[in-house]
Amino acid sequence: MGSLIKTWEIPGGVHPPENKAQSLQLPLGKMPLPPTLFLPLNQHIGTPAKPVVEVGDRVLGGQLIADAEGVFSARVHAPTSGKVSDIKDSLVPHPSGMSAPCIIIEPDGADEWVELHPLEDYLSADKSELLSRIRAAGIAGLGGAGFPTSVKLNPRADHSIDTLILNGTECEPYITADDVLMQTRADEVIAGSLLLAKLLDYPEHILVGVEDNKPEAIAALQKAAAGTEVQVVPFPTKYPSGGEKQLIQILTGREVPSGQIPATIGVVCQNVGTAASVYRAVRFGEPLVSRITTVVGEALQTQRNVEVLLGTPIDYLLEQHGFDAQRASRLVMGGPMMGFSLPDASVPVIKTTNCILAPSKVELPPPAPAQACIRCGLCAEACPASLLPQQLFWYAQAEDYEKLESHNLFDCIECGACSYVCPSNIPLVQYYRAAKGTIRHQQQEKEKSDRARRRFEFRQERIAKEEAEKEAKRAARKQAAEEAKRKLAEQKSAPVAEQAPAADSELRPVSTAQAQATGGQPSRAVQQAKLERNLVAAQSSLTKAREPLTANEPGGTVSQEQLDKQQARIKQAELKVREAEKKLQQFQASSDTPTTTQEQDPVAAAIARARAKVNQSPEEKLRSSLESLYKRLSKAEEKAAEARAEGSDKADALQQGVDKLKEKIATSQKELDELAPSTVAQPSSASRSDADHASLAIEKAKAKAAAMATMSAEDKLRNQIESLKARLEKAQERLAKAEAEGDENVEAFRTGVSKLEDKLQQLNNR
Amino acid sequence: MLRVSSPHTHNRRDSGQIMRLVMVATVPGLLALTLFFGWGSLFNVALACATAVLCEALVMKLRGRPVMFYLRDCSALVTGVLLGLALPPYCPWWLVVVGSATAIILAKQLYGGMGFNPFNPAMVGYVVLLISFPVAMTQWAAPAGVLADQVGFIEGMRQIWGGVPIDGYTAATPLDVVKQNSSLLLDDVYTTDPTLSEGVWAGAGWEWVNIGFLLGGLFLLYQRVFTWHAPVSMLVTLTLMAALFYDGGSSHSGGSPLFHLLSGATMLGAFFIVTDPVTSAVSNRGRMVYGALVGVLLYVMRYWSNYPDAIAFAVLLMNFAAPFIDYYTVPRTYGHKKSRPATNKGEH
Repeated sequence: MGSLIKTWEIPGGVHPPENKAQSLQLPLGKMPLPPTLFLPLNQHIGTPAKPVVEVGDRVLGGQLIADAEGVFSARVHAPTSGKVSDIKDSLVPHPSGMSAPCIIIEPDGADEWVELHPLEDYLSADKSELLSRIRAAGIAGLGGAGFPTSVKLNPRADHSIDTLILNGTECEPYITADDVLMQTRADEVIAGSLLLAKLLDYPEHILVGVEDNKPEAIAALQKAAAGTEVQVVPFPTKYPSGGEKQLIQILTGREVPSGQIPATIGVVCQNVGTAASVYRAVRFGEPLVSRITTVVGEALQTQRNVEVLLGTPIDYLLEQHGFDAQRASRLVMGGPMMGFSLPDASVPVIKTTNCILAPSKVELPPPAPAQACIRCGLCAEACPASLLPQQLFWYAQAEDYEKLESHNLFDCIECGACSYVCPSNIPLVQYYRAAKGTIRHQQQEKEKSDRARRRFEFRQERIAKEEAEKEAKRAARKQAAEEAKRKLAEQKSAPVAEQAPAADSELRPVSTAQAQATGGQPSRAVQQAKLERNLVAAQSSLTKAREPLTANEPGGTVSQEQLDKQQARIKQAELKVREAEKKLQQFQASSDTPTTTQEQDPVAAAIARARAKVNQSPEEKLRSSLESLYKRLSKAEEKAAEARAEGSDKADALQQGVDKLKEKIATSQKELDELAPSTVAQPSSASRSDADHASLAIEKAKAKAAAMATMSAEDKLRNQIESLKARLEKAQERLAKAEAEGDENVEAFRTGVSKLEDKLQQLNNR
Repeated sequence: MLRVSSPHTHNRRDSGQIMRLVMVATVPGLLALTLFFGWGSLFNVALACATAVLCEALVMKLRGRPVMFYLRDCSALVTGVLLGLALPPYCPWWLVVVGSATAIILAKQLYGGMGFNPFNPAMVGYVVLLISFPVAMTQWAAPAGVLADQVGFIEGMRQIWGGVPIDGYTAATPLDVVKQNSSLLLDDVYTTDPTLSEGVWAGAGWEWVNIGFLLGGLFLLYQRVFTWHAPVSMLVTLTLMAALFYDGGSSHSGGSPLFHLLSGATMLGAFFIVTDPVTSAVSNRGRMVYGALVGVLLYVMRYWSNYPDAIAFAVLLMNFAAPFIDYYTVPRTYGHKKSRPATNKGEH
């Protein structure tokens, strides 16, 4: 039945020696309880789980010991009963040999379990109930990537899933874990598949893909699948058919679009082991605490598959299988094509550990030295993604990352087929991994610098805008003053002029000045708000700076240096708070005192004066001055009469002053007389041109702002460098001063300077 | 414990093995050459190989690289073998030495050594000789059966080392004969020319040499040393061109397709020169284009140029064009809608 289903062929691929027979000679084995279990909090892709037990707690088998943190996370359970001896960083299975938080359990041998809650009628259960059971069991993809299973079973609403694929390909040489599982627990795999299908609303096709080198597994599956919607699809063996994208292509002929997930083309892919665990989790309430792992390699006396508790140290596992470290060339977790070599055997078995390979030096000899690429193209023929590995290698060596991306480096699945066939023994995949890492890093850096640039540009724009506004204000004010002056002069020269029609245009600068003056008002409020914000920010950073210190002190694990740094940080934060407070106070005080109103006044006064002058007709003006002259004259005459009566020698001088005043009055009177009859309107072209002048200034300022905004990248860079240099100089001065005074913040200053130097260096390098 | 990046296993075939397979595959052709044209080719191959290896070792020494490590890839030997096969038997020894040294030092090592040479080294060596010493390079021995007796060992040695000419051991190659013919119908040429009349399809000896190289090529294809794309497309376009200008066998005919397939260096070129991975296009599609254009150029030069055969020129010209072909023939990657020129930025 199954063989009738059409399959597609993937391009490329290789046929490495399968080496699967070694581990299939013995039946599935069981392991004694290891003395210690190391359970990493992150055995999946996503956020690490959060411990819910404490050191010293006694835990039972199946008890939750670490809860999922968010959706992209998976729970961790105790594989057996025992005591939590520690929760600390320990070596985890990772190519880098890094440490990560682990819960360490010492089994007590009793293997007492928590009460499990089976669900017999699971097929009629609610979907959310099933999903929560899967989540509760901490199931993550057992195929290798460790993707939290429940996430995959919750496809987006716009992805309608028509095909569920169960991956039983196991195309990697040596590994037989899935093979054994399919042989021994075919019914669980099929039941799990149906369960998954239910969660995906029964997709049209439920396909179990198995390479044809596992006839027993295929037979067992077909037997278990008889009468169900599940179809078992055998297809020709070829590495890397088991890659998710490849398997999808083989079974559906469809390709997952670059950078997308299979759900976009209506496919969900799960490992057969995952399906079986899902079944056990739902049906029996069993959490994921063990898995089948292939232990294989010529450096072992026993090569077989074992059911092993998660957290079992690899060295214990190897010990149980007669490992001879002298014979081993390396230790690999996973298969020989995509597995990674373990730097240390003390790491534990985790949810994704499908194979421990301990090959002898003859079996997997050290890699031969790489020769020059002869561009034979064998790699391109082997590539299942139809890439040009030889070109990628060329560009990776040249560090031409743009070319690498244009040759779709990121579509490389790192299957290793190209390296496998390379006659020059070039570790191609290693080059790709490194290049991918560099590109990712560069992208992050670019994003960061882009953000900084945008911020900088926005600031420049804002400053330019402010500058333009100021410029316009200044111009308007100047114009208003000039206008007033000119008016005065005009009044003198042209005693009578019709003001009414001109007034409109002359008033414009005044209104502008007014508008700008009042426009300045809200900016003060903004300023105050800003200062307040600054204060709040400084305060919050102060509390932040205080926080870790108080938290760390009781632990006593914080180094003196750290404490010092924290103290310095707090001091700095305090300083900032004080400064902000002072500034705000100053600001508030200044806005309360009359000085500020006076500060504002000149503008208002100028406006008032200008308005008064403009509003006053020359006639009125003359009249008022005439009046004052008369007043002065009468006073002067009085004084002169007094002086004369007293016989003072000042009398003459005073009389002269009186005469002069009389003269002035006469001219003023004459002017007034002249002004009165003249009704000829002087079209105040002068004032209009003045207004134009002001608008010109505004235009200019605007243009300047625009120019700043559209400055070429090079100019911007230059500006940036200039300003950075200035800042650096200032910072250096401050540092020198701080050093001279033995300031306690010297370190902070120093880091500031070095940061600025780095930045400058980066800019210069561009 | 070893810490290495995956994959941990490796195919057992390395570059040296590929090169050795290529050399093994030249045996039938070399055998035919020796049978029909005397032991001159054997000597050429030996001398060219010795020179090539010496030059390679010398340059490696100068560059401060491990000499034996690089000699073990046998690429210098392959260059020597191919050049030796292409040179006329019993040519003076210095011709072989100059050609081989040019190939290794100038065309290969000066560009950075194995994998970095833009032009096929053997063909560069050949063209340098052809242009510099045209007379010596066009003296092909007559195939066995055409002349009464073959060149003896002593005679050959004297010519190679001492420049003492052998009397009348050369004959026009079939390609020459057809090219020079302007008055006879092709059928008449086949009956009057001694070389052609002795042969079945393309002249005595020549057809068997080509069949020998064809066999070697098929062996390499079977061994998956290269793909069929470049050689097959070259032979196809050559056949098409020949058919187009066959002209029914008139006095202006360029010769039948079969004649072109089995004469000159057609099969040597198709399976041993065009398939040189270093200097050809990289993708299968690119290699098809590359091979096809070599075939077209080959015919164009055979028919219209002054040279009777032109594998070397055609290949070198296409070496120039290989990066250009690569630019337009990037294969479609999994998950992408269509392929695109190599310089376009990748969509993410």
